[in-house]
Amino acid sequence: MTPILATSLTIGGAGLACSGLLALAARFLSVEEDPRVEEVTNILPGANCGGCGFAGCANYAEAIIVDNAAINLCAPGGADVLKSLADMLGQTAQAAEHKVAIVLCNGDTANAPRKFEYNGVADCHAAHAIGGGDKLCSYGCLGYASCARVCPVGAIEMTGGIAKVHPDLCISCTACVKACPRQLIKMVPSARTIHVLCSSKDKGPAVKKACKVGCIGCTLCTKQVDDEQIKMEGFLAVVDYAKPLDSDAPIEKCPTHCIVRT
Amino acid sequence: MGATIATFRSPGGIHPAYHKDLAAEQAIREMPLPSALIVSMSQHLGKPAIPTVKKGDSVLRGQVIGSPAGFISAAVHAPTSGTVKLVAATPTASGPRADAITIDPDGEDTWIDGITPCPDWRQLEKADIVNRIAAGGISGMGGAGFPTHVKVSPPPETLIDTLILNGAECEPYLTADYRLMLEHAAQIWEGALIIARALDAHTIRVAIEDNKPAAIAAMQAAIPAEAGDAAVVALKTEYPQGAEKQQIFAVTGRTVPAGGLPLSVGVVVENVGTTLAVWDAVVNGRPLTERVTTVTGGSIVQPANVRARLGTTYADLVAFCGGTTGPVAKIISGGPMMGFAQADTSVATTKTTSGLLLLGPDAVHAYESQPCVSCGRCVGVCPMNLMPNELSQFLEAEDYEAAEAYNVMDCMECGCCAFECPAHRPLVQHMRRGKAQVMLNRRKQ
Amino acid sequence: MSDLTIVSSSPHAHSGTSVQRIMLDVIVAMLPALAAAIYFFGWDAVRLVSACVLACVAAEAVARKWMGRDLGVYDLSAVITGMLLAFNLPPSLPTWMAVVGSVFAIVIAKQLFGGIGYNPFNPALAGRVMLLISFPVFMTSWSQWVIPAPIGIDAVTTATPLGLVKTAVLSGGALPFTFNSSTALQLFLGNQNGCIGEVSAAALLLGGLYLLWRRCISWHIPGAYLGTVAIFSGILWLLNPEQNLSPLFHVLAGGLMLGALFMATDMVTSPVTKRGMLVFGAGCGVLTMLIRKWGGYPEGVSFAIILMNAITPLINRATRPRVFGGVKSGKKTS
Repeated sequence: MTPILATSLTIGGAGLACSGLLALAARFLSVEEDPRVEEVTNILPGANCGGCGFAGCANYAEAIIVDNAAINLCAPGGADVLKSLADMLGQTAQAAEHKVAIVLCNGDTANAPRKFEYNGVADCHAAHAIGGGDKLCSYGCLGYASCARVCPVGAIEMTGGIAKVHPDLCISCTACVKACPRQLIKMVPSARTIHVLCSSKDKGPAVKKACKVGCIGCTLCTKQVDDEQIKMEGFLAVVDYAKPLDSDAPIEKCPTHCIVRT
Repeated sequence: MGATIATFRSPGGIHPAYHKDLAAEQAIREMPLPSALIVSMSQHLGKPAIPTVKKGDSVLRGQVIGSPAGFISAAVHAPTSGTVKLVAATPTASGPRADAITIDPDGEDTWIDGITPCPDWRQLEKADIVNRIAAGGISGMGGAGFPTHVKVSPPPETLIDTLILNGAECEPYLTADYRLMLEHAAQIWEGALIIARALDAHTIRVAIEDNKPAAIAAMQAAIPAEAGDAAVVALKTEYPQGAEKQQIFAVTGRTVPAGGLPLSVGVVVENVGTTLAVWDAVVNGRPLTERVTTVTGGSIVQPANVRARLGTTYADLVAFCGGTTGPVAKIISGGPMMGFAQADTSVATTKTTSGLLLLGPDAVHAYESQPCVSCGRCVGVCPMNLMPNELSQFLEAEDYEAAEAYNVMDCMECGCCAFECPAHRPLVQHMRRGKAQVMLNRRKQ
Repeated sequence: MSDLTIVSSSPHAHSGTSVQRIMLDVIVAMLPALAAAIYFFGWDAVRLVSACVLACVAAEAVARKWMGRDLGVYDLSAVITGMLLAFNLPPSLPTWMAVVGSVFAIVIAKQLFGGIGYNPFNPALAGRVMLLISFPVFMTSWSQWVIPAPIGIDAVTTATPLGLVKTAVLSGGALPFTFNSSTALQLFLGNQNGCIGEVSAAALLLGGLYLLWRRCISWHIPGAYLGTVAIFSGILWLLNPEQNLSPLFHVLAGGLMLGALFMATDMVTSPVTKRGMLVFGAGCGVLTMLIRKWGGYPEGVSFAIILMNAITPLINRATRPRVFGGVKSGKKTS
């Protein structure tokens, strides 16, 4: 029996000693924290998407308590989280407009030809840096899924060689916006459904050569709207998302079908 | 005097197939004026020059058409006389667009007035030499394109004792510098004396790989009596012996500190082509308007070393060399180790275009990147003693801090690692992306 | 290929090597040892090698398919794992055990970690160690072997040379046989008891030389490993020749030659730096000798290499080369 006893005592003793150390550490090494920070963290959805501009939910919670950051920055949380936060902190806050990401390029494999065979790292930044990207259009979506890889909820699908955001899945975190080397992804109000799916600043003939569904700068669409909801920026028609637009006329008039309703 | 001396060994290095026989025995050929010249404002390291002419202007050969935009920049001159047809942003060989001036040659090739030869350069002040080099718009012609007038005017407190002429030409296929050394040895030496005078350097070494015995002999035979401590150094043939830091170590035994410049160890390295351009600018007063480019590769009918005006399109170069033998799978501006692959031949030559390489489908393979098997070959061949295996994995995970801690910024993109990688990992591409991102992060801070 | 040109990052030249090519070289290098195994153990060697190779390749294919990855068997690494595992098995092992070991090696030790390049431990060794722990009796049953002795008193035994020594030392007895040049020659050629692929040092050395010539391995790991074992055992021998056999015996006996040339040199699980390789080899040597001399098992090569595999990432980190032109600490100042 002695060896068994000795073993039990040794191991048990070591366990006790360790737990004692842990207890001491918890007592003396703990960091004082405003308990409300933890409460706010618990209210936040915990997606750690960074859409609010802080590194994660805990950082945002700390910013709310310590630095009085606005409480309506959490897009994934939506109205529920905002209400809980407002109740808890006794604040009133206006819900921010719900926005979703959209990829402003529709030049899929069938419509936008390549200018060379790219052989290298399957990443948009890497591809963009080599010979200016393998797409003939130097503005279009390269399709190496850098945005899809950073999306925390898998809302971006690669289809036909370009990225598409599913608006109903998007949690507005803006991670994809930062990931696109060609700045093709914009945050737009989810209420707006008419888009110019092109970002090419090239002149008409160059666009025509590079893509069948690019904006050629013909300005026809801008004449179909009454309040400059679509206006020209150089050779590119751009939707002004601040103004409501619900007319099919621009869609019907666009000769290259780059204006679509989602 | 001028004895060939044995050399030290730098870390790493590889032995690629050289293929220099394709063009090595081809004497330099003058290319007639093409129908159009597209002269880029970004022919050098640093800020692109600013166009000083507009559409419709008449220009003369040697006229300044782009003025330097700051200290680290270089002037650009009209390569021939003619009319400016277009000033527009145009893709460059390395990818990003830069302003370029398209010139319609008038066929007269008239030099601008005021070209003043100065055979008596020994009477010039140092500053005058530097000014003549700057006025010539000369930048490094080996590849990086660092403005030469900046290189030859180090800060006054810096003591430069050694000038190394880089004739290693360690890139496979390329033979332009080799031909220059065979055909213009005396002028190159005079250019070296000019630079040495500007630097107050007493020692001149010409570094040539030992696979070019004819160039070694030619340069040795041409050592001028007034040169003082001058010698040709035969380097062991190993890529990348032409890399600045590795060459300085091989020739002088001095180690340039990581992240530092050669002048911190009292050395300036100039490419032999650049040295010839310096001779032309100082002695003849002629700015840099042409260069020798090796047009070669299995797909070129008549591989050649071509002296062509800056701004000659790759398509014109290929046509001058008899066109292509069949389908072309890869077009490379520069050598195969560090050159830039091109989508087509629409890009034009610049001061740094040392070669144009067209490879057929048999010489080109598309690779798929496989997982690293930790064979360690990349670590063994890296001339900078980096760990490309670890770095590429950090960079695949976008861990830029770890990559910086593992000295990604010291990578010179020589390509030894990717050349040896059995898993065909695009290591250099990872490094490039990593370096760009680290630079971006540093600027943000 | 379309008519578009290929654009990729530099370099545009490649040495022409590939993972598959290296694996093929390793397989070629193992052929002499395979021939020796068949010569000494006949049908059993054929049975075990084919069982292990087939099981490994099949396990790799099935595992890759389950994991939704492309079939990875073309790189031939599973063939090597199978051959190495078989080389590390005693001739009388039942086939089903060899298959279990193979499946464990590929599925648990390799694919679950992510496949080739990601496995921390040499899969073949992991398979062998699993079998050794699970089926100790089967894994230490050897065929009959006549100890070649100089004075004509040949003895028949069913133990390995290292096993005889271990038994003798544990029971406090004298060394079971004298080791001289003729015994050494027998061990060198492969006339000894042991796992099927480890007995012939001559055949293994031949393969090792091929690997060195093909630059598939460098001398650092086998050199440091064999050297350390020789020095360690040499010191013991000098201190007490009554209780210890000569360094030559330790280098030729057991699985050392197979381990040092083919298993410690596995690219994936060994360090990448030259200094790291030396440290790794020396560590393997020390551990092997510690186990042989003082451990519970007569042979320690497998455990030694597996343990060193575990600290390979640390060795890599500790032996990171100083950047060219870098300051002494290995850190950049700017």
